[in-house]
Amino acid sequence: MLVHLPILQVIVPLIAAPTCLILRKPKLVWLFTLLASSLAFVISILLLQQVMLTGTISYELGGWSPPWGIEYRIDKLNAFIALIISGVSTVVLLAAQTSIEKEIPQEKQTLFYILYLLSLTGMLGILTTGDAFNVFVFLEISSLSAYSLIALGKDRRALWASFQYLIMGTIGATFILIGIGLMYQMTGTLNMADLATRLPEVAETRTITTAYVFFIVGVCLKLALFPLHFWLPNAYTYAPSIVTAFFAATSTKVAAYLLIRFTFSIFGISFSFTTLPMETLFLILGISGIFIASTVAIYQDNIKHVFAYSSVAQVGYMIVGFSLTTHAGLTAMLLHMFNHALMKGALFLALAAVVYRVGSTRIADFQGLGRQMPLTMAAIVVGGLSLIGVPLTVGFVSKWYLVVAVIEKGWWWLAGLVLLGSLLAVIYVWRIVETAYFKAPIAGRQPVKEAPMAFLVPVWLLVSANVYFGIDTRLSVEIATAAAKSLFGVAQ
Amino acid sequence: MNLSLETLLQLCILLPIFSTIGIVALRRHQNLREAVSIFTSLFVFYSVVSIYLGLQTGETISVHWLQILPGLSVSFTVEPLGMIFALIASFLWLVTITYAIGYMRGHNEDNQTRFYCCFAIAIGAVMGVAFADNLLTLFIFYEVLTLSTYPLVTHAGTEAAKKGGRTYLGILLGTSIAFFLFAILGTWMIAGTLDFTQGGVFPVDVDTTLLGVILVLFIFGIGKAAIMPFHRWLPAAMVAPTPVSALLHAVAVVKAGVFTVMKVSVLIFGIDLLSILPTTQPLLYLAGATVLLASFIAMRQDNLKARLAYSTIGQLGYITIGALLASPIGVIGGSMHIAMHAFGKITLFFCAGAILVAAHKSKVSQLDGLGRRMPITMAAFFIASLGIIGIPPAGGTWSKWYLLMGSMDTEQWTILVILLISSLLNIAYLLPIPIRAFLYKESPANSALGVKEAPLACLIAIGITTLATMALFIYPAPLYELASSILQTTSIAHGQ
Repeated sequence: MLVHLPILQVIVPLIAAPTCLILRKPKLVWLFTLLASSLAFVISILLLQQVMLTGTISYELGGWSPPWGIEYRIDKLNAFIALIISGVSTVVLLAAQTSIEKEIPQEKQTLFYILYLLSLTGMLGILTTGDAFNVFVFLEISSLSAYSLIALGKDRRALWASFQYLIMGTIGATFILIGIGLMYQMTGTLNMADLATRLPEVAETRTITTAYVFFIVGVCLKLALFPLHFWLPNAYTYAPSIVTAFFAATSTKVAAYLLIRFTFSIFGISFSFTTLPMETLFLILGISGIFIASTVAIYQDNIKHVFAYSSVAQVGYMIVGFSLTTHAGLTAMLLHMFNHALMKGALFLALAAVVYRVGSTRIADFQGLGRQMPLTMAAIVVGGLSLIGVPLTVGFVSKWYLVVAVIEKGWWWLAGLVLLGSLLAVIYVWRIVETAYFKAPIAGRQPVKEAPMAFLVPVWLLVSANVYFGIDTRLSVEIATAAAKSLFGVAQ
Repeated sequence: MNLSLETLLQLCILLPIFSTIGIVALRRHQNLREAVSIFTSLFVFYSVVSIYLGLQTGETISVHWLQILPGLSVSFTVEPLGMIFALIASFLWLVTITYAIGYMRGHNEDNQTRFYCCFAIAIGAVMGVAFADNLLTLFIFYEVLTLSTYPLVTHAGTEAAKKGGRTYLGILLGTSIAFFLFAILGTWMIAGTLDFTQGGVFPVDVDTTLLGVILVLFIFGIGKAAIMPFHRWLPAAMVAPTPVSALLHAVAVVKAGVFTVMKVSVLIFGIDLLSILPTTQPLLYLAGATVLLASFIAMRQDNLKARLAYSTIGQLGYITIGALLASPIGVIGGSMHIAMHAFGKITLFFCAGAILVAAHKSKVSQLDGLGRRMPITMAAFFIASLGIIGIPPAGGTWSKWYLLMGSMDTEQWTILVILLISSLLNIAYLLPIPIRAFLYKESPANSALGVKEAPLACLIAIGITTLATMALFIYPAPLYELASSILQTTSIAHGQ
């Protein structure tokens, strides 16, 4: 059984999805989905343990040996990210039933869980597979289910947001497919490990450069890297709240994984960063992303928009770490992926609780909530502090590693810019705090009650994780360092 | 109680933080809720005194909590400078909390539970700052202090309070993240350690220009020390209730700032290195300019609290000067001034609060003849003013004495002149207040009212801090011994 864990990671949610149709009753379907997601979480824990102990696992699908058959390949990098995704998915699901009761009509609730599971399947599939074409297939599975999930949003603008995402996402996926196709044409293989050994022979050709560029642009679209982020704010804002919490914490992480995997393990550092001025390009995009998206976030009226733009800015931080192309920089990026999932999971889930009670996330509706929903607001404050990077939260750990990595390169000016970026976060987080705590409740509105336990438990689980991993960093730092090290080992 | 000193040290930090649970749980029973605050403050003071006595017998007290990042841990240790800060803060907190209970009830303020919770967390953070064994630990509690005092500043919830709070948080959090954290990271990259070490942490062969830049980042980053141009938060915080102003200006926040400056100067750079950095001299002049400018601005303020706020900015400049003089006597003078200014300034703020409560006056120009109606308050104001100015019979005499000696010792004649002029300016903006109160004629409408002093709780608090100010003049020896043992390895013989 343990040998089959890599495929079970994907199969469990995949089989669970159609099974939901048999169960029908939303409450039962919810419990079943929760069970499937927890199982996936347990599997990813087991896989990570195994990888940390014994090194990379290679699994031959159907017993066909690679490169002819499809290979699933688990190393420290994807085991780490699979853990983040299945973990957040499970915690977010705890609140799902309560949240969608108010946001999704009864007859569509089963559909919601099916799509959720398919989306999870797609993400986990992208992570575990060692086959480039498989990546595209799983990407489409996760994307198509994502478009439908976003379209389930109560607000009619959800349809428009979903359509926008559909167009942009499809362009991205097509670019990725073109990139993979060109690679296949030049090397005759789709197996990632095999690609990595064969690509250097043809690296000098223009076709491979084209393949690389198509692929990277496609991935950056899915990553919502500035300036390819236009689909993200609306998609996050008008989707059902639970979907936002799930995607904000996971979907950009998967795209970031693809970026790391293809540049470091497949194309190799020397190709990726010498043929084209990618370091400078990524650095500029990352920094502009941080400053522009954070500034836009300050002027948003809807708190979901605020945090969505903040997500774009956080992708900027990851990319700055990535652009350093050093071990320390990559460690910082991986750590921030883990930490950002915890922050945004907590924040968007808390917003889901606000939607449940108040029905809106416009800033004006937050007036007086500090008193009426003390636990939910306290969660937003802690999550916000983590976003700013205050010590004893995970945000501080991310920032620390990123700045250390930047200074190691000798770029003091960049270290200054990274720190200045967090000041913008102070502004947009503090607008919320001020409104919630120091403005009287809106006159005439029914007093709002604290969110139900179904929200408080998962929200505070994630908030505690923000604090716990900000104090005891052994787990996250150890895995991120090991993953970064192995990537540099493979690449050089 | 037979608790080890290590346990007491941890309780100093943890007990105030955990007392918030009790405060929230007892929010419907005012008396019990306040009892929790008073018990906590009593216990913290008892612990700090026990630790002080332990330190006298030569024990080393240190606690290691956990390792946050490889090589970086949250840990605490007791050393003389931190001891001074902890003693002052825990004692004055006890006095302030008594004063605050009277004041808050007298004013029927809203949100009192939130107020006492934040008050408690703030003092826990101050203890964390005082006993921090490395820059990371210090930084953590420095930020906790900023965040926990923010709700105190915006307590009133009015538009003015929110605006003040925004400036307060913006400057303190902004400078600490953009400059202070940057300086810490730079120190970590260059020295490989953040532990406070006698004689400094930097290796000898490092470029002094780079270290000079880091020093600038430190001085600007420690926004709580209110060196211009990052002083705006202090007057902005004037919107807070009076006990909060007293806590901010005399005990917790500003002292955490200058304490950090002192600690960084002595135990991160080391005074030998500090004296040869290219930026020390310009920063010294900047601190001097802050002293003078703040005093000039103070003279033009008619609002009593605003005048005291600018006076604080000037006095903080003294302590920064003491640190940057990079001489043993300067360090002694600066450290002693932390204590002397704390007692003097808190008395002045208590008096300002008492005048507001009893006579409903907040402007200097309204105080004519008030001395006849509030003789005790105004007498205390007079003595505390002498303490700030630095003339007998108040403790401020000694710290100014050592600061002047320090500037002569290092041949900083400009600074010497600045210090002397500033003392004259202190006289010019502080003494007119008691003079108006005692010597000017009151308007006829008021003179009929007779003696009406502040509530007893306030008077007791004022009395205690005034007596302490005078006691420090007569018995400065324990404080001097603590201050002179900050630099254990350096000879201080020629200062005698």
